[in-house]
Amino acid sequence: MNAPAYNFAYLDEQTKRMIRRAILKAIAIPGYQVPFASREMPMPYGWGTGGVQVTAAILGPQDVLKVIDQGSDDTTNAISIRKFFAKTAGVATTTATDEATVIQTRHRIPETALNENQVLVYQVPIPEPLRFLEPRETETRRMHALAEYGLMHVKLYEDIARFGHIATAYAYPVKVNARYVMDPSPTPKFDNPKMDNSPALQLFGAGREKRIYAIPPYTQVVSLDFEDHPFEPYRFNAPCALCGAENSYLDEIITDDKGGRMFVCSDTDYCEGRQAAGHHGSLSAAPYKEKAQEASNG
Amino acid sequence: MADQNLVENDEPLLVAKSLSKSFGRIKACRDVSFSLYPGEVLAIVGESGSGKSTLLQMLSGQLAPSGGHVSYRMRDGVTRDLTTLGEAERRFLFRTDWGFVHQDPAQGLRMAVSAGANVGERLMAVGWNHYGRIRETASDWLTRVEIDIARIDDAPRTYSGGMRQRLQIARNLVTEPRLVFMDEPTGGLDVSVQARLLDLVRSLVAELHLAVIIVTHDLAVARLLSHRVMVMKGGRVIETGLTDQVLDDPREPYTQLLVSSILPP
Repeated sequence: MNAPAYNFAYLDEQTKRMIRRAILKAIAIPGYQVPFASREMPMPYGWGTGGVQVTAAILGPQDVLKVIDQGSDDTTNAISIRKFFAKTAGVATTTATDEATVIQTRHRIPETALNENQVLVYQVPIPEPLRFLEPRETETRRMHALAEYGLMHVKLYEDIARFGHIATAYAYPVKVNARYVMDPSPTPKFDNPKMDNSPALQLFGAGREKRIYAIPPYTQVVSLDFEDHPFEPYRFNAPCALCGAENSYLDEIITDDKGGRMFVCSDTDYCEGRQAAGHHGSLSAAPYKEKAQEASNG
Repeated sequence: MADQNLVENDEPLLVAKSLSKSFGRIKACRDVSFSLYPGEVLAIVGESGSGKSTLLQMLSGQLAPSGGHVSYRMRDGVTRDLTTLGEAERRFLFRTDWGFVHQDPAQGLRMAVSAGANVGERLMAVGWNHYGRIRETASDWLTRVEIDIARIDDAPRTYSGGMRQRLQIARNLVTEPRLVFMDEPTGGLDVSVQARLLDLVRSLVAELHLAVIIVTHDLAVARLLSHRVMVMKGGRVIETGLTDQVLDDPREPYTQLLVSSILPP
C-alpha cells in the first residue's frame, strides 16, 4: 500500500534507459536528430512531452529542477511540469537559475549565464529545420546526411527579398559543430549566441516528432547568414520597465485598451533578482512600496 | 589553348554502352549505345511508350540500368561510370554540371518560393554566401531568359506556362552546366510560346556551348534544335543520324510513318 503507483520520475527504468541511449548518441553527434520511441505522457502533445521525457531520463534524486515557459517560472505550463516532477520524483525545485542543476525550458534560455554543472532541456515542437522547405522526410534526412544545406539559405534569401532583412525572429537555424544544421526550437534569435560554446549541456526533446538532439558543452554553434546580411540578435530597444535591464530579452505587455504597453524582462527570475538587488525601472512599484511601509511604520 | 580545346571537344562527354532496362517482363529499353560530344544537341524521338523517358532517366543517373553502362567526362577530365559515383557525388553533379528541364515546371521549380530564390538555389547549394551577388546573378539570368526583372520576387505560381518553363531553364543554367537533359520542354505550351522558347533554347545552346539531350515526340522541335536524332520504337533505337538526313530522307518504315504524320503547314 505504501509503494508508489509509479516509478521514480514517472517513466519506467527500461524507457529511461532507451531515452538515455538516444541522449548519448545525440551528444556523440552534435546537432543530429536521433529517433527515439517517444512515450505517451500524461499531458497533451505541444505541452512539452519531449522535454519531460528527457528530464525524466536524466533526473536524479539530488537534482534541483527549474522549469521555465517563455522565460517565466510562473505560467501554467511551467508550474504543472515543476509540480509533476516534485510529485513523481520528489526532487527539489527552484526558480533561481543559479541554484538549478536541470532546467527545462520552452522558448527561452535564461539570462543568467549557465555553468558546467547544469543541463538545459528544451521542449521542441518541430525538430526539422528544413520541414517547411522540403516536405519529404526521406529527402530531408538525405540532405542532412550529405550536408546539403543550400535550401536553408533559400529561406533566408526569401526573407531578405520580401522584407529587406532576415526577418526570421525565432527558430533561427544554426549550424552545430560545423556539420549539422539544427532548429534551436522556437527560442528567439536573441538567445542564439548563448548556445555557442556554452559550458552547460543542452538537450532537445521533441515528443510528437520522436526526436532527441543535443549540443555538448563547449560546442561551436553558428547562426546561418549571408556575408552582406550578417546575423543580428533582435531586442526591442528599451530598458526593462521593472528592473531597468538594458541587455535582457523583453516581453511586451499590454496595459490598457488605449495603446498603453510596457516592456519587461521575459526572464522573471532574472528580473526579480535585479529588483531585489536594488535596480529599478521606470514603472517599478518598489518606491511606492517603500513609501507605504514608511507611512505604516511612522 | 586552341589545341587543348580541340582535344576536349574530340572526346565524348557522355557515352552510353548497350543500355537496357526491364521492369519485370516488360523491356522498356534494349541495347542503346551512343556517344554525345560537347556542344552537341541530340534529340530522342518516338511515340509514347517507346522508352524515351526511361532512357533519359538512366542517362541522368536517376534510374539504375538493368544492363550496360553510362560514363561521363567530369570537369576534371576524368571519364567515370555513373554507377560508381557515390550518392553525394551524383547529386553534386546533378546540381552543378548538369541540368534537367522537366515537362511539368512544378517538378523542376519550387512553386512557393520567389523566382530569384529559385534561380539562386543552386548557387547557394554550392556555397555562395553573398545575398547581393546571388541576386545580381539571378536578375542577370532572368533577363537572359526574357523574364521581366520586376517579377523577380514573385513566386512561379503566378507565372504563365511559358514563363515557368523559361524560369526552369534559367534555374538550371545558372551554374553553367555542360550537359542539359530536357524532357518534352515544350509540351503543353501553345504554338507561339513554343516558338519563342525554342528560339531562346537555341540561342542559349549556341552561346554557352551546351550539350543537350532532348526527349520529344514533336519532330518540329527536333528539327529546330538538334544536330542528331535518335528514333526509338519498342525500347530500341531503330534509326539514328544527322537531323536533316533522318527527317528528310527516313530509311525505316516507322520513321517514314512518323515523318509523314506531320501535318503539312
